[in-house]
Amino acid sequence: MPEQTPQRPLIKERRLVEDAWVLQSDVDDEGANPVKPMTIVRLDVWLAAERRDDLAPWLPSDTQLDEDTVAALRDAPLIAIDFPKFTDGRGYSLARVLRERHGFKGEIRAVGDVLIDQLSYMARCGFDAFSLREDQVVEDALASLTVFSRHYQVSVDNPEPMFLRRQREARERQRETAVA
Amino acid sequence: MYRYDNHDQTLVDERVAQFRDQMRRYLEGKISEEEFLPIRVQNGLYVQRYAPMLRIAIPYGMLASYQLRKLGELAARYDRGYGHFTTRTNLQLNWPKLEDVPEMLAQLASVQMHSIQTSGNDIRNTTTDQFAGIAADEEVDPRPWCELIRQWSTFHPEFYYLPRKFKIAVTGAAEDRAAIQVHDIGLRLWRNDAGDVRVKVLVGGGLGRTPMIGETICEDLPWQHLLTYLEAVLRVYNQFGRRDNKFKARIKILTKALGIDEMRRRVEEEWAHLKDGAQTLNQQAIDDMAAHFVDPPRRKVDDAAIEAFEALRRDNRAFARFVTNNVTDHKVPGYKAVTLSLKRSGHSPGDVTSEQMAQIADLADEYSFGELRVTHEQNLVLSDVAVDRIEELWHKLEELRLANPTVGTLADLICCPGGDYCALANAKSIPVAQAIQERFDSLDFLYDLGPLDLNISGCMNACGHHHVGHIGILGVDKKGEEYYQISLGGSQGNESSLGKILGPSFFREDVPEVIDKVLQVYVGAREADETFIDTYRRIGLKPFKEHVYA
Ligand code: HEM
Ligand code: SF4
Repeated sequence: MPEQTPQRPLIKERRLVEDAWVLQSDVDDEGANPVKPMTIVRLDVWLAAERRDDLAPWLPSDTQLDEDTVAALRDAPLIAIDFPKFTDGRGYSLARVLRERHGFKGEIRAVGDVLIDQLSYMARCGFDAFSLREDQVVEDALASLTVFSRHYQVSVDNPEPMFLRRQREARERQRETAVA
Repeated sequence: MYRYDNHDQTLVDERVAQFRDQMRRYLEGKISEEEFLPIRVQNGLYVQRYAPMLRIAIPYGMLASYQLRKLGELAARYDRGYGHFTTRTNLQLNWPKLEDVPEMLAQLASVQMHSIQTSGNDIRNTTTDQFAGIAADEEVDPRPWCELIRQWSTFHPEFYYLPRKFKIAVTGAAEDRAAIQVHDIGLRLWRNDAGDVRVKVLVGGGLGRTPMIGETICEDLPWQHLLTYLEAVLRVYNQFGRRDNKFKARIKILTKALGIDEMRRRVEEEWAHLKDGAQTLNQQAIDDMAAHFVDPPRRKVDDAAIEAFEALRRDNRAFARFVTNNVTDHKVPGYKAVTLSLKRSGHSPGDVTSEQMAQIADLADEYSFGELRVTHEQNLVLSDVAVDRIEELWHKLEELRLANPTVGTLADLICCPGGDYCALANAKSIPVAQAIQERFDSLDFLYDLGPLDLNISGCMNACGHHHVGHIGILGVDKKGEEYYQISLGGSQGNESSLGKILGPSFFREDVPEVIDKVLQVYVGAREADETFIDTYRRIGLKPFKEHVYA
């Protein structure tokens, strides 16, 4: 279960920002019929509730993105993906599939055991918001996002694999020498 | 050899900077032990029984002389003056200081090397045939493909926290020297009638606690789709592989649980979305990679020189022994591949000193265009030696004690570090290896036995590949005592099979005697030129069991 206390820093678009949302990790009596505004609730609770702009889902890491779920998620104000443990890597695939296959343009937020040293991979997979665990140092987190200046493989942040980039650069060099 | 361009170099440099910073934060207490663990292992840094251990990647076993020299320097400066070549064609340093590791990585980066993803639950160093590009039986040179896979898998953001580690092996030759059937993914490159490269993809092989032979998931994948297909397999594994029990987390368990047909269905469903995407390879991508692996400037070796080599082989028994065992045919007449044996009595298999590394690097420069290969049998190969220089090279190797003419024999055993180094060990393995080498040190006897793989692991993690040894030895722990379990009938290569356990396990002192009894059965039962494994396959386990436990 992702835990959220008010002191969790939120990084969005590479800046520390105010978090307008509250994450409801447990599905308690309220959970069955959530009323609080600006709440992120578990996917099944969200699916059962009415669509509202101030109610968002969080996806457990074992979520299967079947057709109905994806259709519903199109209307989500944001999608949070839970990392129950930072070593659970399923969320990376979920984010990529939401972005690349289903074209989700809204915020995808990492929640749960979100640590500095995973952020750069998460960002590459399409996460653009990170609800950091309370003990993480924000400056180090921001710095971690800019460690790598280029990438070998295609991902959400990089449509051009390195082998094509090299081909393009070789053509550009050729053109330059032709002009010179 | 693959040479880094500015992009590759920048990436490894950025990696070093990243790890330097992570190490700083760890030493300042800002990252917990538990959270630092995956970070350090993704950079090849283990904390072992007595000290940290750094595992350096030697991608698909290809090594340049200047790189080997640097490895020797690192071992001398930051370690105890030696390194250990592993069955996954990496080099392990057993005694570095934790805080030195970032600097060691920076030095590695200066010779286009790294330790990225040599451990951790990610895609590991891709391995291949040690005779890639020179084998006479090769259909497709696997090296450009291995490098494409290396680049695709390096820092792959989606696959850094897989359920478990993931190993890919590639071969393009008739004889499988890369053990593709016992890897998470095995790739066999081949050519169809039109001459186009196709890929046969195996999935779900592996050793460890639950050894399994991989199954074919795709028979004839067109080469363009290699990376998108791999990505589909990995995504299915990332999603469905078990995460509740680390001993059931490998893709082999998933494949078994789903069945190969359901596994194929899921992969194809996933692949349908990825196929023809940006990561689809084009001819230029292959050509660009292949340009890194062009043939070295070999000269024409004339027939007289070849004849002289053959004559020497007829006349000089010691030379003949060396050639028969340690020299391999090459696709180019007049050239051979020479295997340097890292196995000899009283020596830890796969270990090389700093001094030897420098000397071997010099030999590579002098005799083999500065190129070496690391084999998964834990030896080194000089891949391009002209036959008229082999005698000279042989003498020099003898001086360095690297010419033991026993490659492929019982003495060329594979052995993991075991209880002398490894924190997971149930038992020591190196002393067992040494006792066996000492007991069977007569060359005539070794040759009479013929090709024989004896593999030793210190625990069921199977780093020493004991399941696929014709004779396998596994260290087991019974109430705090070290015992050894023997299995027979395993094999690697085209006809991979897993060994069967002979019976109750033995004390360490008794292992050489037991091996001797096993060999007696073989020698007594073999027909004509039958090899050990063929005899075993004909007569089965029973006669061995009866004799050993008589
Ligand atoms: C000294 C520290 C080492 C540690 C802590 C270690 C740890 C492990 C573990 C835990 C496994 C089992 C993984 C699983 O079943 O999922 C394994 C398997 C393996 N390791 Fe090691 N290992 C070490 C050294 C080595 C060495 C020196 C080699 C090569 C000589 C090696 C090569 C392999 C191979 C080939 C396998 C089995 C293949 C497979 O799992 O499919 N490891 N290792
Ligand atoms: S087989 Fe076991 S003892 Fe040997 S290196 Fe691997 S984990 Fe250690």
